[in-house]
Amino acid sequence: MSRIIIKNAVKKYGENTVIPDLSAEIEDGELFTLLGPSGCGKTTLLRMIAGFNSIEGGDFYFNETRINDMDPSKRNIGMVFQNYAIFPNLSVRNNVAFGLKNRKIEKEKIKTETDKYLNLMQIMEYAERMPSQLSGGQQQRIALARALVITPDVLLMDEPLSNLDAKLRMEMRTVIRHTQKSVGITTVYVTHDQEEAMAISDRIAVMKDGVIQHIGKPKDIYQRPKNVFVATFIGRTNMVPARIEKGELIFADGYREQIDALRQAEDQEVICSIRPEEFVICKEGSDGIKGTVKEFVYLGLNTHYYIDTDAGETVEIIEESSLKEELKEGQSVLLKVKKEKINVFNQTGEQNLVRSEAYEKQ
Amino acid sequence: MKNNNKFRLDIWGFITLFVILLYVLFLLYPMGYLIRQSVFDGSTGEFTLANFAKFFSKSYYFNTLFNSFKISIAATILSLLIGTPLAYLFAVYKIRGKSFLSILIVVASMSAPFIGAYSWILLLGRSGVITTFFKNMGIALPDIYGFGGIVLVMTLQLFPLVFLYARGALKNIDNSLIEAAGNLGCSGVKCFLKVVVPLIMPTLLAAGLLVFMRSFADFGTPMLIGEGYRTFPVVLYNEFINEVGGNDGFAAAIAVIAIVITTVVFLIQKYVSNRKSFSLNALHPMEEREAKGAVRWMVHIFSYLVIGIAVLPQCYVIYTSFKNTEGKIFVDGYSLSSYATAFGKLGKSIQNTIIIPILALVVIILLAVLIAYLVVRRRNFLTNITDILSMIPYIVPGTVLGIALLVGFNKPPVLISGTMLIMVVALVIRRLPYTIRSSVAILQQIPMSIEEAAISLGATKMKAFFRITVPMMQAGIVSGAILSWVTMISELSTAIILYTGRTKTLTVAIYTEVIRGNYGTAAALSTILTLLTVASLLLFNKLNGGKDLSL
Repeated sequence: MSRIIIKNAVKKYGENTVIPDLSAEIEDGELFTLLGPSGCGKTTLLRMIAGFNSIEGGDFYFNETRINDMDPSKRNIGMVFQNYAIFPNLSVRNNVAFGLKNRKIEKEKIKTETDKYLNLMQIMEYAERMPSQLSGGQQQRIALARALVITPDVLLMDEPLSNLDAKLRMEMRTVIRHTQKSVGITTVYVTHDQEEAMAISDRIAVMKDGVIQHIGKPKDIYQRPKNVFVATFIGRTNMVPARIEKGELIFADGYREQIDALRQAEDQEVICSIRPEEFVICKEGSDGIKGTVKEFVYLGLNTHYYIDTDAGETVEIIEESSLKEELKEGQSVLLKVKKEKINVFNQTGEQNLVRSEAYEKQ
Repeated sequence: MKNNNKFRLDIWGFITLFVILLYVLFLLYPMGYLIRQSVFDGSTGEFTLANFAKFFSKSYYFNTLFNSFKISIAATILSLLIGTPLAYLFAVYKIRGKSFLSILIVVASMSAPFIGAYSWILLLGRSGVITTFFKNMGIALPDIYGFGGIVLVMTLQLFPLVFLYARGALKNIDNSLIEAAGNLGCSGVKCFLKVVVPLIMPTLLAAGLLVFMRSFADFGTPMLIGEGYRTFPVVLYNEFINEVGGNDGFAAAIAVIAIVITTVVFLIQKYVSNRKSFSLNALHPMEEREAKGAVRWMVHIFSYLVIGIAVLPQCYVIYTSFKNTEGKIFVDGYSLSSYATAFGKLGKSIQNTIIIPILALVVIILLAVLIAYLVVRRRNFLTNITDILSMIPYIVPGTVLGIALLVGFNKPPVLISGTMLIMVVALVIRRLPYTIRSSVAILQQIPMSIEEAAISLGATKMKAFFRITVPMMQAGIVSGAILSWVTMISELSTAIILYTGRTKTLTVAIYTEVIRGNYGTAAALSTILTLLTVASLLLFNKLNGGKDLSL
């Protein structure tokens, strides 16, 4: 069991800097996810921890041990690869036992440990088969068993579910989460699928261009994203321009809301991130952003509306479907926001004005 | 691996340096020695271009260049013209006995060319069987000796290479492309010329290069059947044999010219095929269908006729090996006397033909796997050098390499001329580029993460390589090894330079027996060689599970 501490990590490919300066601390026993679009450096960072990529600067620690120059085979890590990397020339049992055999453990122990993890991952019945005879999900289980059986200090998973179909992905997601919790192993998980990250993680680091944009619990990242990139990358949202005047938030058509966190804010132009469920549609009244219903999609539980505002933007709104008749296309409406939930960013989109100092200390 | 682009002195670093050292010693040093000899006067030690001047000023020598070019170009074009349509017919039509025909083609391609040459002399020569047959009927057949004969033998020997290459490429053409062409009103011969041929053009160019190189460098065929028609390798061999012990600067100069020519041809081919390459991947390969009516007859006649002619010399040699001989002449009746002579006098050469290639094979496999690994997984400046070095033998004609090794190593510090070692070294150098190419192709199919998984589970780099990567490459390596083996046992042009009485191989023995006129013994030895080849190929087919061979 280990904490992983990364201080000022730098990664370069020749002249090209992929990770300029990255620091993070991963707590003992937590499932920590690196999430970001492809090319953001998440896999690169994972492979630096694993030892398969060279480290151009900074320090990596497992607890107090600096691992920068430690050979990958000595780091005691379990790794699950995107393509599983099952050894096709070894049987399922020998795949799982491979790491133990390298550790010169006596035969009896190897057998009991291997059996334990074959059972845990429910692949005991395939133990003597060759991997090519197994399905993707079963191969995934071998990969996980093989990584865990060596009781590694750290488990690294590189997009382990991306080669599975949707249904199996949901199933394996649960398997991974339960196994990780029951073994209690520090895990770094890489994915580009934000829903998967939300479902599985204790904490998530959202990355872009080799820089961590936001580290937090799934709830924190969704509800109080630190910048516009995080707000748009995680879940769906509408970016609506507004301005702050005398501590009050003013939208188009003079619609005003008072938000506690913005009382002290300077007067400025801002961008609001309003998620589809954070709008309230009013059919009557005079207060709100004016708009016209462009289109609606009835999806059973929810109904999605697309509304053209008078300012010329289209916003997406989700409401729980009601028994009453839906809004008609072309109908005029007024839009209000759930002011406790929305996020307000400065003009550059780099700072969330709603995240006050008091909030950060929570 | 992008992050491995710096050289590190780990275990793989040492292997890189070791491999480069081997190449410097056994390839660069002798080649350099040869080049030096071509431009420095042997007795005075002064720089001179006299050797080159001599070659280019005397049409006696200079014309051999044209002769070689004429033969190589003719053989290349004919091989492409026969091999490509045959491969296409095999891909689209059901042909009776197709798998048997396929084996015959491979056998034809794997035999030593000069055996074909000598067999054609027996068939179509001045007192050949067919010639005599027609002469008795009052019809005079055209002369087999000279240009026509060499081209005939080369073409029949080398069109199977084009066939095998084209067959492989055709497998990668998706049937929907053919269907789309048909849908747009382009089918049959037109489709073949307008759609299929352009798609496999890169492969055809590669095959063409191989045919060109082989016919340009082949020494045995023109020697036997050429008579007055002198080609480049023949002159090279003669000059070298004549001048051993004296000033062999002139032979060296001819060798250098040969290398320059093959290099230029190689570079042109590379340039052209780089501009014409596509990546093809067929989800639904072309389907064979039943031909109808006249087409069906034509397809069958063409296939059987071409392949029949290609294997005819082999069959005839096998037949004559069982004939009675009296002195050097075949007489009526059959016996095993030729075999008795062959085993009695030349049993040693049979042993050599097995021992030398096996030793070479072990070294080749080991080096090829290591070099392929370095080239694919450890890209850096030094491994790039290794890669380039390993490709040099591809463009050096066998005779030239033989001469280089002989002159380079016939005096201290490295005196290995006349030993079995030098024969092994020559085979290793000549065959290594092919095995490296095939190993590289296999290794590129294996994801790096498999090895990383092994390392992250605590295996050392070497253990990950030998326990995981090598077993995964195994099937490919074994089939590659068998093909190397087959080419090595029928190798002549290097062996003829390097052999001594103790290290004579089967091919050399056959060649010398043919030159001496002992056709019976030669036929028996050829039959043994053919049997070895066929047995190896059957083993290859069995191990490879019916997959195609690539050369």
